[in-house]
Amino acid sequence: MQKLGFILKRLLKAVAVLFAIVVLNFFLIRAAPGDPAQVMAGEAGAADAKFIEQLREQFGLDKPLHEQLAIYVGDIVTLDLGWSYRQNEPVSKLVFERLPATLLLTGTAFVISIALGLLFGAIAARRVGTLTDTAVTSFALIFYATPLFWVALMAILLFSVVLGWLPAYGMETVGAHLTGLAYAADVAEHLVLPALTLGLFFMAVYARLTRSSMLEVADMDFVKTARAKGVAPGRITRVHVLRNAVLPVITLAGIQAGQLVGGAVLTETVFAWPGIGRLMYDALFQRDYNLLLGIFFVSSAMVLLFNLITDVVYTFIDPRIELK
Amino acid sequence: MKPATKDFWRRFLRNPGALIGLLILAAVVLMAIFAPLIHPQDPWRMVQRPFLPPFAVDGFWFGTDTLGRDIGAGLVYGAQVSLLVGIVSTVVALTIGVTLGALAGYYGGLVDDALMRFTEFFQTIPNFALAIVLVAILQPSTESVIVAIGIVSWPPVARLVRGEFLSLRSREFVQAARVVGQSNLQIIFGQVLPNTLSPIIVMASLMVATAILLESSLSFLGLGDPNTMSWGYMIGAARTVIRQAWWMSVFPGVAILLTVLALNLVGEGLNDALNPRLARKGR
Repeated sequence: MQKLGFILKRLLKAVAVLFAIVVLNFFLIRAAPGDPAQVMAGEAGAADAKFIEQLREQFGLDKPLHEQLAIYVGDIVTLDLGWSYRQNEPVSKLVFERLPATLLLTGTAFVISIALGLLFGAIAARRVGTLTDTAVTSFALIFYATPLFWVALMAILLFSVVLGWLPAYGMETVGAHLTGLAYAADVAEHLVLPALTLGLFFMAVYARLTRSSMLEVADMDFVKTARAKGVAPGRITRVHVLRNAVLPVITLAGIQAGQLVGGAVLTETVFAWPGIGRLMYDALFQRDYNLLLGIFFVSSAMVLLFNLITDVVYTFIDPRIELK
Repeated sequence: MKPATKDFWRRFLRNPGALIGLLILAAVVLMAIFAPLIHPQDPWRMVQRPFLPPFAVDGFWFGTDTLGRDIGAGLVYGAQVSLLVGIVSTVVALTIGVTLGALAGYYGGLVDDALMRFTEFFQTIPNFALAIVLVAILQPSTESVIVAIGIVSWPPVARLVRGEFLSLRSREFVQAARVVGQSNLQIIFGQVLPNTLSPIIVMASLMVATAILLESSLSFLGLGDPNTMSWGYMIGAARTVIRQAWWMSVFPGVAILLTVLALNLVGEGLNDALNPRLARKGR
């Protein structure tokens, strides 16, 4: 019951943040140079007087500001994210069509980064001061300092151009018309490079955190007790240390969700992955502000959802958490 | 030198990583300052044939790009952009973050609640996506890039400063200052803030690194100032010709990597030297 109340509270908070983002979007359109209707229409639509008039009518742009805001919020609540003049389709349709690809990419990258980050962090922590530790920490330090888009380009250069092992662009082989398992295998092959690239940066973050957090936990009394009792070292690492050390990693993973979405924009751009990140790049390129803000809204909602999930996961892993 | 200063340098220089970082950083800074001396010509000027591979012609060790512009000159002038944007946007973020964090931590209560909600909001929205939207709306220029990076990077500062203020505000020296009759502002800026400087300095050095990464990502997407040659822009322009000209994207990337790595190393060194008791183990 207490848990349910906690989740409900978090949900309410997420809705409040979402509302704030809508308001922010509303003012951003008005912060752009030029008339809001022209901004919404984008550069191409701005020349079409009839369309501009229609937009003015639809968003009540000659009414007072608070009425305009009410109209805007009302639209978003019904999931009407506006019209992309450039693509001549509703923004929501464009975004939701592309969402699964982004979820596949970020989800895979997330699993890779957490799994490998924990693994390498744990390995380094168990062998503090050895060559293995130095190697892991140095790699983590370097990946942490490397621009994501550059890693992506270098991966293409090495694995696609030089070695020819993996496809460099897209999500499936063009014109292959595969079905069933063959299709899944094809997508998986295309997924390897983008997911690894996106995952590596976060892996570096998690490996560093796991290492330091494990070292901290390893110094605590209950671990000494376990050691004194004669518990096998492997079991101490897995059960006593790692289980406690994983908590800050989960907290950080929740915070990093937003970064993952940002990273997806860069990765999808380089690998021509047909997700909302790539769509954002196209929207930028075409100065399609309506689409741009729509994607911003949906990706923020995605991050909030993700934060909610990590909050819930956390309550299950750490029963000590105060459910306030 | 004061003994404390001497102590600081001794601890800082004992850390090999920090020393290497400082050397690389010094090289980048010198490169940026003396850019017009190293490469007197404009980095946008076409000076050789296009697609010249590196080390093929004397004086063009880094090759040329699709229009025959010198990559070496781009690297040197790119250092200016990276450092400028990195430092100024960090100053912007520090100004917002320190002010809000100090007010929240010092006054507590409702002020704290409201400011922390505000901070949380900015921490929740995907910050790179927000930066993209801001630059796109404000139109790409060095100023808008700086403003956007500043706006997305202040929340951690606010949280840090708030935490420090919360723990310091009930200390004796603050009470003493209050008894003497100092105003709240005097106490905030004259008494408490100076005592929070070392963690802020450490955070600032790491923030410059993050800001440089953000700047390069924005210019890579074509959101940089169209009149300045930046490392991110160079890689963005090289993306489509990666099969023909690897050097066009490799060198600027290495430049970003080295600069950011150097700043991170210096930041960690500062952390260990300024907070010796908190210095991490196992290093």
